[in-house]
Amino acid sequence: MTKSVLIIEDEPNIVEAIRFFLIRDGWQVASHGTGDDALEAIRAQAPDLVILDVMLPGRSGMDILADLRADPATVALPVLMLTARGQARDRDLAERMGVSRFMTKPFSNAEVLDALRQLMPD
Amino acid sequence: MRPPAPPLFLERRSYRQRRVRDAARLLPLLGVVLWLMPLMFAADGDPAPTSRAMIYIFGVWLGLIAAAAALTLGLDPATDDSAQPADTPETTADRPD
Amino acid sequence: MATMNILVAVCLAYVALLFGVAFLAERAARNGRGGWLSSPVVYTLSLSIYCTAWTFYGAVGYAARSGLEYLTIYLGPTLVMVGWWWGLRKLVRIGRTQRITSVADLISSRYGKSGALAVVVTLLAILGSTPYIALQLQSVTLSFAAFAGEDSLTPPFGDRNATAFWVAVGLALFTILFGTRNLDVNERHPGVVIAIALEAVVKLCALLAVGVFVVWGLAGGVPQMLARIDASALTAFQPDGGRWVALTFVSAAAFLTLPRMFQVLVVENADERHLRTASWAFPAYLMAMSLFVVPIAVTGLELMPAGSNPDLFVLTLPLSQGREGLAMLSFIGGFSSATSMVIVASIALSTMVSNHIVVPLWLWLRGDQEQGALGAPGAGGDLRQLVLLARRLSIAGVLALGYLYFRLSGGGAALAAIGLISFVAVAQFLPALLGGIFWRGATRTGALTGLCAGFVIWLYCLLLPSFGAGILPQAVLENGLFGLTWLRPEALFGIAGLDPLVHAILWSLGLNTLGFVIVSLASFPTPLERLQGAQFVNVFQHSQTAQGWSGGLAQTEDLMVMAQRILGPASAQDFFQAEAARQGLKGYLPEPTPEFLQRLERELAGSMGAATAHTMVAQSMGRAMVSVDDLMRVADETQQMIEYQGQLEVKSTELARTARQLRAANESLTQISVQKDAFLSQISHELRTPMTSIRAFSEILRDSGGMDEAARQKYAGIIHSEAIRLTRLLDDLLDLSVLENGQVSLNLREGRLSDVIDQAIAAATAAGTPLAIRRNPLAAAITLCTDLDRLVQVFINLIANAQKYCDAPRPELTIAVSVRRGRAIIDFVDNGKGVPRAQQEMIFQKFARVSDMKAGGAGLGLAICREIMARLGGTIAYLPGQGGGAFRVTLPLRAADTGPDRRPDRGPDHAVDLPAEPLV
Repeated sequence: MTKSVLIIEDEPNIVEAIRFFLIRDGWQVASHGTGDDALEAIRAQAPDLVILDVMLPGRSGMDILADLRADPATVALPVLMLTARGQARDRDLAERMGVSRFMTKPFSNAEVLDALRQLMPD
Repeated sequence: MRPPAPPLFLERRSYRQRRVRDAARLLPLLGVVLWLMPLMFAADGDPAPTSRAMIYIFGVWLGLIAAAAALTLGLDPATDDSAQPADTPETTADRPD
Repeated sequence: MATMNILVAVCLAYVALLFGVAFLAERAARNGRGGWLSSPVVYTLSLSIYCTAWTFYGAVGYAARSGLEYLTIYLGPTLVMVGWWWGLRKLVRIGRTQRITSVADLISSRYGKSGALAVVVTLLAILGSTPYIALQLQSVTLSFAAFAGEDSLTPPFGDRNATAFWVAVGLALFTILFGTRNLDVNERHPGVVIAIALEAVVKLCALLAVGVFVVWGLAGGVPQMLARIDASALTAFQPDGGRWVALTFVSAAAFLTLPRMFQVLVVENADERHLRTASWAFPAYLMAMSLFVVPIAVTGLELMPAGSNPDLFVLTLPLSQGREGLAMLSFIGGFSSATSMVIVASIALSTMVSNHIVVPLWLWLRGDQEQGALGAPGAGGDLRQLVLLARRLSIAGVLALGYLYFRLSGGGAALAAIGLISFVAVAQFLPALLGGIFWRGATRTGALTGLCAGFVIWLYCLLLPSFGAGILPQAVLENGLFGLTWLRPEALFGIAGLDPLVHAILWSLGLNTLGFVIVSLASFPTPLERLQGAQFVNVFQHSQTAQGWSGGLAQTEDLMVMAQRILGPASAQDFFQAEAARQGLKGYLPEPTPEFLQRLERELAGSMGAATAHTMVAQSMGRAMVSVDDLMRVADETQQMIEYQGQLEVKSTELARTARQLRAANESLTQISVQKDAFLSQISHELRTPMTSIRAFSEILRDSGGMDEAARQKYAGIIHSEAIRLTRLLDDLLDLSVLENGQVSLNLREGRLSDVIDQAIAAATAAGTPLAIRRNPLAAAITLCTDLDRLVQVFINLIANAQKYCDAPRPELTIAVSVRRGRAIIDFVDNGKGVPRAQQEMIFQKFARVSDMKAGGAGLGLAICREIMARLGGTIAYLPGQGGGAFRVTLPLRAADTGPDRRPDRGPDHAVDLPAEPLV
């Protein structure tokens, strides 16, 4: 059975790149481009895993993560967080809020794939 | 430093002045006492006739007027002052420091 | 029966007489021929305003109802007058030395010139006096009616209300004419005083005449009269002890505190020696006024038909006996009693209202508007007019209040009841007054507490119940406030069975005194209060009598006491002895000659400095209100307090300043740090985002074989455009950094503004986004000398912004040019939604992006524009209120090259300098 992933990211080129190599790896990929209604998208699509950008238009990825962790339905949902702001503080904050994995842009495609596989073992 | 103690005995005129002042102070007290008296003899049970009460009260009144007039004649206006005992000086203990 | 016309004519003639007497007295006083005006007899007679219509008519009514109890109202003042050595003497002296203008002024001055106290006392006085004034109007009205018979009333006194109205108007006129003729520092009114003295004689004569008529005319002599009294319907003498004592006490208190009594006793007192005469003459007057009250009452009850109003026996008894002349005299007597009271009361009240309410209010309002203008020349004259106007209006107001009360109350209650309610109201001043002049420890807070407590209880226990069920519901009267029985107005705390009046007096004055004493003991007075307290309480030690003939040795003695304190007893005594010997005197007390004073001053100056010595000698010789000792002690303490506070203030100011500096430094550091963090974060984001795409797609291209050509092309294209984006971003950052650090040198050239705009439009619209541009090239036909390339850059940015953000269906941009005071003004106004208010300043900051739209830029465009304009000596700002997004660019027609080193002033958002390094 295919595993589904939802990419929440506002930069279309980055979405396209991730989508490309994830589909090749056999994932079922969906994407969402804004922050304010990201939670609804996650609840509607119920993906196995979420890739979440930190700086999103409308709402910060950190807030979305906090909401996910506060909801029993998504408390265990694996979340891979991507950020273009290379600051250790963001990483600390995300880890305290229960992020599954935190990666800094620009990333290596292979690393992202490895991370996803670790988060969703077969 | 205190002012020197005033002499113990005063000359005759000053002495007389002081006693007149004492009388002036006592006069209203006398009036109060005298005018309270009818309350006592009224409380006796047997009500006094109004005419007698009137004569008494107006009599006291006349007496007070006469006494007051006599006293003002005896009071020397020049020595009105300085007879009042000075207020105890306030201590300096209550300063805000 | 006398016709109404005769009555009115007599009234008018009498009033004209009063006017004439007052006028002559005023003129005599003005011309300095008024010596006879201020005689002890006039002073004594002026005190007779204590005997109002309440006395003239009401005492007989009172006697008819309650026997000898009416006497208490006159026994109290008699005791006060006879005991003048205790209280009145001091009160008058204080009033004279402190230039006291009213009872409110006295209390407020004593307690540190407290405005709040003055207002409270004034309000209470008005409240207490209004019913009393109404009572006078009522008595005049009743007497008119009684005289003429209800039916024969003729204009102008059409009915009772009209009578009262015209009487009130006439009294207001008289009072304004003679009570506010001028503003005397002493607040004395010789015209008014002489008029009320005349009225005093008239009412005494009238009452005596009626009395004589009753005793010798009707009863046939004193023994017969006494027999009739004992045989009359009047109850035998069986007074209620509580009422007897309470009423005597309250009338004694009111005699001191009634505003009108204070006016004649203290304010109008021209010479303290008058008090000596008045001390026995006024009790005699009171006794004469009371003498025939019982005979008249008894005869009235006997002769008049049942149900006739005993309050009017003085008038109706002679009328019923056909003695019209006597009745007329009696009527004039009553009229005198009423008018003199109203006149003095309204003068006293108007002084209080204007001095303590209107003027402070006016000064406060005025101080609000123009600060410090009070010291300006002309302010004094202004104030004078204002005070006079305030007085006149207050007089009218007080009388209007009295009339209103008369109309509202319907004039039903017995005269005595109203009078007593007023008495208890003003008696509330007594604790603060006596405490103020006898007790140094009395404080402002204490006085205020006592007054308020007494006032509230008076209101609740006496005034409100007096209206019957009209104001206080019956339930409250019977069961207490909120149904709490211990709050019953006539049995507070469950103490029932007392006469309501005694009950109210007991509780109001009791709690008043208790509150006053306890709070005074617990609070600490201000230095001013202490100073005033010392001046009031010790008034005799430090003020000379007006005559000063006692002078001489007493003053020298003061000087000796002072000198001993300063020089030490031994050397002071030696000095004084030597001086006395020099004057050929034995003993220690030389005459205070100028030579002696000079030498003493020199002697003292040796130990304390010349200025201080001079002041002290002057204080001792002159009319010092406070002893030097007191003054020094208070000054010393004040000084200490000021120093102490000053030190604290200096310290705390320093601390505060340091703290402020630290806080500012900290804030600024935090701000720098936050801004730097945010800036780095932003740059990181802006750089990493395109790099992410580039890396991801280049890895895809590298790792994924067998990709179709189209995809390969597409991905290569993405990499390319992202690389360009990255480059542009770096360019912008570099540009901004260079601009911000002032490292750019301007390339000043001459050129036409229209050409610059043309160039910018051409460059910006090359991309092909549709945007209609409206402009007037003629207006832009001006020559500039500036860095034209940089200006083009700014314009391109603005036009591009309009292209990106204008959300109108048919986007349109208007470019308007004008020149003002050597500066070109170029407005770029589009027809979109514009920038929300909150973001109008923010958009000029680095990385600011208003919308979520990816506009391709990193949000540096406007920041760069602002830097460029600053370098060109111009500005760029958002222009609100143009119906769309609007930016205004201004710049000088000829830019001065500020050079690369001097940085032009930049906006506040650039207050924090960012290092150039992170940018590149």
